[in-house]
Amino acid sequence: MEELDGEPTVTLIPGVNSKKQMCFDWGPGEMLVCETSFNKKEKSETEPGCPFIYIIRKDIDVYSQILRKLFNESHGIFVGLQRIEEELTGKSRKAQLVRVSKNYRSVIRACMEEMHQVAIAAKDPASGLQFSSQVSILSAMELIWNLCEILFIEVAPAGPLLLHLLDWVRLHVCEVDSLLADVLGSENPSKHESFWKLVTILVLQGRLDEARQMLSKEADASPASAGMCRILGDLMRTMPVLSPGNTQTLTELELKWQHWHEECERHLQDSTFAASPHLESLCKIMLGDEAALLEQKELLNNWYHFLVTRLLYSHPTVKPIDLHLYAQSSLDLFLGGESSPEPLDNILLAAFEFDIHQVIKECSIALSNWWFVAHLTDLLDHCKLLQSHNLYFGSNMREFLLLEYASGLFAHHSLWQLGVDYFDYCPELGRVSLELHIERIPLSTEQKALKVLRICEQRQMTEQVRSICKILAMKAVRNNRLGSALSWSIRAKDAAFATLVSDRFLKDYCERGSFSDLDLIDNLGPAMMLSDRLTFLGKYREFHRFYGEKRLTDAASLLLSLMTSQIAPRSFWVILLIDALPLLEEKEVVFSAEQTYELMRCLEDFASRRPVWREPGVQRLQEDVENTKLEMLRLALARNLGRAIIKEGSLEGS
Amino acid sequence: MEDIYAKFVSQKISKTRWRPVPPGSLQTADTFAVGSWDNEENYVSLWSIGDFGNLDSDGGFEGDHQLLCDIRHHGDVMDLQFFDQERIVAASSTGCVTVFLHHPNNQTLSVSQQWTAAHYHTGPGSPSCGSAPCTGIVCSNPEIVTVGEDGRINLFRVDHKEAVRTIDNADSSTLHAVTFLRTPEILTVNSIGQLKIWDFRKQGNEPSQILSLTGDRVPLHCVDRHPNQQHVVATGGQDGMLSIWDVRQGTMPVSLLKAHEAEMWEVHFHPSNPDHLFTCSEDGSLWHWDASTDVPEKSSLFNQGGRNSSFLSHSISSQTNVHQSLISSWLSTDPAKDRIEITSLLPSRTLSVNSLDVLGPCLVCGTDSEAIYVTRQLFS
Repeated sequence: MEELDGEPTVTLIPGVNSKKQMCFDWGPGEMLVCETSFNKKEKSETEPGCPFIYIIRKDIDVYSQILRKLFNESHGIFVGLQRIEEELTGKSRKAQLVRVSKNYRSVIRACMEEMHQVAIAAKDPASGLQFSSQVSILSAMELIWNLCEILFIEVAPAGPLLLHLLDWVRLHVCEVDSLLADVLGSENPSKHESFWKLVTILVLQGRLDEARQMLSKEADASPASAGMCRILGDLMRTMPVLSPGNTQTLTELELKWQHWHEECERHLQDSTFAASPHLESLCKIMLGDEAALLEQKELLNNWYHFLVTRLLYSHPTVKPIDLHLYAQSSLDLFLGGESSPEPLDNILLAAFEFDIHQVIKECSIALSNWWFVAHLTDLLDHCKLLQSHNLYFGSNMREFLLLEYASGLFAHHSLWQLGVDYFDYCPELGRVSLELHIERIPLSTEQKALKVLRICEQRQMTEQVRSICKILAMKAVRNNRLGSALSWSIRAKDAAFATLVSDRFLKDYCERGSFSDLDLIDNLGPAMMLSDRLTFLGKYREFHRFYGEKRLTDAASLLLSLMTSQIAPRSFWVILLIDALPLLEEKEVVFSAEQTYELMRCLEDFASRRPVWREPGVQRLQEDVENTKLEMLRLALARNLGRAIIKEGSLEGS
Repeated sequence: MEDIYAKFVSQKISKTRWRPVPPGSLQTADTFAVGSWDNEENYVSLWSIGDFGNLDSDGGFEGDHQLLCDIRHHGDVMDLQFFDQERIVAASSTGCVTVFLHHPNNQTLSVSQQWTAAHYHTGPGSPSCGSAPCTGIVCSNPEIVTVGEDGRINLFRVDHKEAVRTIDNADSSTLHAVTFLRTPEILTVNSIGQLKIWDFRKQGNEPSQILSLTGDRVPLHCVDRHPNQQHVVATGGQDGMLSIWDVRQGTMPVSLLKAHEAEMWEVHFHPSNPDHLFTCSEDGSLWHWDASTDVPEKSSLFNQGGRNSSFLSHSISSQTNVHQSLISSWLSTDPAKDRIEITSLLPSRTLSVNSLDVLGPCLVCGTDSEAIYVTRQLFS
C-alpha cells in the first residue's frame, strides 16, 4: 500500500446520528447508509431508530446545473482529441494539442463566467456564497491547467517560457484592467488616489508600455518630476525583451539585458530618483530587488506573481529546469513563515518541479470532482508524458481517472450517455465497466431503450442486447402487448421467449377463436424460423388465410404438413384435426387419397397417445365431446377416402 | 453552414419546434419551443432568436437564442407540436397529453387542457399503473391526434374533455409517429416497418391501407408528408434509411436512400421549399437533402463535406407510367438523373440529434449533448 496523503476529511451526514450503529453499502458513484441494530442484545423498540435510508453521493459536482455544460462541451473536445491520434507528429501535433488544451480552458472560463453571473444574481446569501466558492474552484482549475499547458504541453524553452508565464499571471490577476479604466476615466489621472498603485501593478506585471504612458501623464501634470519620469520611462522603453518575430539569440539578449540592468543600477546609485520615493521604488522593482518586491506584497496577491515578476527583472532567460529553485524560494520568501502553503500552492509548486504525478495526485485530493484530473491526465497522456507510471491496481493512471469520472456520469440520472465514450477510450477496463453500467440504466420508454440498445449493438455487446430486449419483451407481455413482445424477442433472437409468446397467441386463439395482431403475424417473414412454435404460429395463421381465400388445396396440404412435420405441439393436434373437418366436407375432393391416409394415421396416432382421464366430471364431459368429434372425423375421412379413390381412378382412367 | 449557433442548456433535448408565423405575414420565424427528456425534472420551454439579444447586458450576442419562459412537464417530452400561435401540445412518457398556453404579456406558460391517461396499458401486471408513453402527436385545428406505445390512436378536440374517437389496438406494435394525409385521413408508422393509413370516417379498428418495407421489418421512427403533393411521404427508419413512398400506388417504398448510420429520429420536408428535406439521427448528424432540379451540373453526385457515407438509390417499383408533370423530384427513381445533394449541417459530430424543425430560412435542432443549434441562413 502507498502511504496515506494526509488525514481524510470527515463528512457529517445531516440527519444521521453518528453515535448509533450504522451500516452502509457502496455503489458505483453512491453509497447507502442507514441505522441498524444488528447483533444487539436488547430490544430495539425502546430506541426508535431513524426510519430513512440515505443516499450519499460522492461526486456532487456532477449534479450542478452549470457544470453540466462543462461536462457536455468538454465531452466533444475529449472525443475529438482521441481521434487526432497518431497521424500527426512533431510540430503540428504539438500545435494541435495546445489548441485542444486551450479549448478545454475556454470551456472552463465560459463556465466560470456563467457561475459568476449566477453568484451575483443569487437571492439568498448562502447560495450566493456557494456559487462564489464554485467560481474560485473553477478559477483555480483554470490557473493550474494553464500552467500545465505552458510547462508540459507547450514545453516553452528559456526565453519564451517567461513570456508565457507573464501572460499566465496577467490572465489570472485581472483586477488591473478595471483599475486602469477607472484611473484613465477620471478627470486628472495622475491625481487619482490609486495612480501609483496602478503604475506599480503595471510594472509588476511587466506591462511597461502602459506604465510608460501613465508616467508621461504624471510628467505633464507636475513639471518638477518630469525629468525623472522621462528617465524612468526611457529605462522602461529600452528594456530588452524577446519578441516572437525577433531572430536574436538568447546570448545576445542576455548581453543586452545585462547592460540595461547595469544602467538601472547606476541611476539608483546616482540617486537620480531620490526626490520621488514612488519612482525610486519602481526602479528598485525593475532591478529585481527582492526587498522592494516584497514591499508590494499586497499588490502581488500571491507568491506565483512574485515569482514571475522576480524572474522578469532578475532572470529573464530562466531555464525550465531551474524554475523549481526560484519557485520554492519565492514561496518561502512570500509566505515568510507566517502561514503554511495551501493545496493550490502545493499543486503549482509541484508543476514548477515538473512532477506531473504529484500535480495530479494533489488535484485529486483537493478538488471535489473527477472532471479536472481525468481530462488533464488524458491530455498529458496524449503528450506522451505518462507512459512510465503504472498503478499497483487496475490499469494505468489515465484509465483509472477516466473510469472514475465516467462512473460518476453513469450515476447521474441523465449524463450517462456522455460516460459511454469515456469508457470506449479505456482500452483495458472500459468495456467491462460499460457492460456493468449499461445494464443498470432504467428503461422508462422504448425510445430510451432503443438508445441504450444502439450503444450495445455498436459495440457488439450481445449479452446486454439480449438482456435489454428480454426486459422489454417481459414488460410487453405484462402489459398484454403480445405483438410488441414478439417483436422484441425476434430482435433479441431469443427462441425460448418467442416460443412463450407464441404459446400465448395460440392460447388466445383457442379462447377467442380468432387471431389478434394479424399485422405482425402475417408479416413475420424469415423471422418465423426463430423457434418451432413461432413457425407453427405463422404457418397456422397462413392456413387460415388460405382457407379464407378459398385456396383449399393449399390449405389442406399445409394443414397436413403441420402435423406430419411434427412442428405442431401435441396439445394442438385435436384442433388441427377438427380444422380438417370442413375441408373434408367440401363438395370438391380436397384431400387426395394419399393425404387422407396420412391424416388417418395422424388421427390414430393422436388417439392412441391421448391420456386417459381417471376422474369423472367436467373433463369427462369434454372428453366425450372430443370423442364425438373424432368419430365424426373418422367418418368424414372414410367418406373422403372413397371419393378420392373414385376421383383419382377415373382421372387416371380417362 | 457558417452561422450555426450552439447553446448548451443543461438538459437533454427531445423536441424542437418553430412557432408558426401567422398566415400571410412577412415576418420570419423568431420563437421556438423545446422539450426535454431523461432529466429528473423535464421542461417545456420557449426560446427567442429575436434581436433583443443585442441589448442583453450579459454578453448575449446577435444570433444567440434566449430563454423566454419554461414550465415543468411531468415525464419525458416525447413529442411537441404547436397547435396555433399561442398553444403548444406536448406528449408525455406518462401517457398524458397536455396543451400549454403561452401568455406573451408576462412571458409565462400555463396548462390550458390536459388528457391525463390518453395512453395506457390494460395488462394485469402493468408496473407503471398502466400508463403507456404517448409517442407522437399531430395537430390540425381543432383536432389533435395522438399515438402511443400501447398501439392506440386518439382523436381529441381541443375544447372537448373526452376523446372524440379512440382506436384501441390499432397496432400490435408500438406506433412511433403520426401525420395527417388528407383531412380525415392520418398516417402512422410503427416498430415493424409498416405505414398505415386510417380514415376516421370508417368505423372499426382496421386501417384503410397498409404499406410496408419488405423483409426485415425495420422499425420506422418518423414520417412527414410532402407539403404540396399529399401522396408523397418520407419516412426514416432504425437503420438510418430514408424511404420515399407514393401512397397512391404499391405497398412498398418508391425509393430507399441510404442515409444515417443509426436511427433516423426525424424527417422534415421544407414547408415552403419542398425540394429540400432535412433529417437527423442518433449517430449525431443532421443532413440537408437538396433535390431541386434546377441545381447546376455538379462535379460529383453528392457533396458531403468530407463525410464518408455511401449513397445509393434504387428503384423498387418500376412503374413509370405516371404523367411526367406529376412526378415530384422525390419520386423520380433514376439515380443517374437524380441530383440529390447532401450537406451535413453540424460542424462536428455530437451525441444523438433528436429533433429538428425548419421554417423559412431558419433551422433549429436539439441534441442529447444538451445543446440547441440554430441557423438563420439555411439557403445562403
